[in-house]
Amino acid sequence: MALELNESLQKTIDGLSDQFTEKLIEVYQSTGDTFVRIEAEALVEVCTYLKNEHHFVYLTDIIGTDRYTSDERFEVIYNLICLKNQTRLFLKVRCDEESPVLTTVSTVWKSANWMEREVYDMFGVRFNDHPDLRRIFLPEDFDYFPLRKEFPLLGIQGSIELPNTTPDTE
Amino acid sequence: MKLSDIQSKVHSTFFKEHQRKLYQSLEDKHTTIEQLDDGDPLNSKMILNMGPQHPATHGVIRLVLQLHGETIEKVKLDIGYLHRGVEKIAENKTYQEFMPYTDRMDYLSPYSNNVALCTAVEKIADVEVPERAHYIRMIGCELARISSHLLWLGTMVMDAGAVSFFIWTFKEREKIYDIMDRLAGHRFTVSHARIGGVANDITDEAMGAIKEFTQMFPKELKDYHKLLDRNRLFFDRNEAVGVLKTKDALNIGAKGPVLRAAGYAYDVRKFAPYARYDEVEFGIPTRLEGDNLARYFVRMEEMSESIRIIRQCIDKLPKGLVRTDNAKQAYPSKDEVYYSMEGMIHDFMMTDTGICPPEGAESYHAVEAPKGELGYFIQSDGTGHPWRMKINAPSFANLQVLENILDGEMVADTVVIIGGLDPVMGEADK
Repeated sequence: MALELNESLQKTIDGLSDQFTEKLIEVYQSTGDTFVRIEAEALVEVCTYLKNEHHFVYLTDIIGTDRYTSDERFEVIYNLICLKNQTRLFLKVRCDEESPVLTTVSTVWKSANWMEREVYDMFGVRFNDHPDLRRIFLPEDFDYFPLRKEFPLLGIQGSIELPNTTPDTE
Repeated sequence: MKLSDIQSKVHSTFFKEHQRKLYQSLEDKHTTIEQLDDGDPLNSKMILNMGPQHPATHGVIRLVLQLHGETIEKVKLDIGYLHRGVEKIAENKTYQEFMPYTDRMDYLSPYSNNVALCTAVEKIADVEVPERAHYIRMIGCELARISSHLLWLGTMVMDAGAVSFFIWTFKEREKIYDIMDRLAGHRFTVSHARIGGVANDITDEAMGAIKEFTQMFPKELKDYHKLLDRNRLFFDRNEAVGVLKTKDALNIGAKGPVLRAAGYAYDVRKFAPYARYDEVEFGIPTRLEGDNLARYFVRMEEMSESIRIIRQCIDKLPKGLVRTDNAKQAYPSKDEVYYSMEGMIHDFMMTDTGICPPEGAESYHAVEAPKGELGYFIQSDGTGHPWRMKINAPSFANLQVLENILDGEMVADTVVIIGGLDPVMGEADK
């Protein structure tokens, strides 16, 4: 399918395919949004390049997804904004099920800190060199990753310690 | 302060591992290899736990502050007390069924959340929305923005010490609730938008109330300005407090009014216009200072811009359908459901299966909610339920800003800064 890109996005994609010919896996569009998938090991390099050369200075969100039963099960999507050219770009990386590990981009955008913690909390994808990789919503004592597809909707009985409902009489 | 010192004083009885790691992370924040002020002979350092239940934190948020005297040395936030797993719930519901949950995300402006979900689903499933519905949605969204900003104004000024002001802004909010009641049938959790349009047309009664509100509200706004704009006490509490520097704002990921108060005119209504925001005139208020006072001015001006948008929408409001007339994409009108067999079947099908976007489609659509960019990322597997729905919540991003800007502030300003950032925990905790 031919891509319908505006001028600045076209320039970005061209720049990416020049600089990272080996690392770029696919570029595609879905309902008007542009997605670029790259090799996980080039993540920080590509992010630094996009930020410094193509003005993608604003990271608004990091999205984790579970491609249950597919190879390279987890996918992490970075939602980037270039304020100068008014464009939005989605950067994707995948990691496998056994050791879902990526490198943090909080060195590039500070805002990635909590967003990566959220991905870790929900999917168990770990981020190397992260300054503070703790769970964000759920307590550390919780052993499961709730947005993985195998986690039941109703939760797991006894997986979380509940407060004592009878008032303390001490 | 050393972790062992803290742990010997705090005897956690609950989520022990969680508590230990939280205090550990507080200790690790800003640590350099050489610790110069290791000793504390005057015993002026302390760890202060604020929340999760604290009247001034606007929800269940917990802050662990390390104080040196009255100065905050460093702070860590602990959120998640209102985590209900709405993203997991979304994967098990049809798109329309999920909408009442969005009301309860940012519960101060439910209308914007409904519209955010609907526009995202309409984008991925390629649903055409009638003109009139767009304008009704814009009116609803801007009313929601005013309502949310009014609550922020009241509570923020109350945090700064003026209690009676809170009652005055709530008087105006009450009027918006009444409008919502007439417009949508509910005062608070409205659920008025539908995929493909809105639930019902705007009635004459609702229209009258909206017109009256747009007449009366600017006068109230003027009174607020008169009270606060040159108020010495208000200035002293807010000026140069909680400063988010322009150079840091994008890097830390601030959103909405917090970002605009730091100097960036980023507004989704201009960046990627949805509904019919490209056909109305409005400005994006910005300030450069990045402090609490700048946020006050930005939000106050946004309210008058909202009134401007509502007036233009009322003038332009076209005639026609309020929901797309395609039974595969939207609920049929109640007339059809009650008086024709096909209508009833379609209604049943919409409730049972719902709208099915194409398999493998991915889409992100954002709206400018009162708190900032509220986006829905949807991945579809071709069924009526989303495979993955990610909610990009502005309050979550702004709380991260809080963790970064609180360091070095005075402990007494904490509540004012939280008030100025205006987080809603229902949204931040998902």
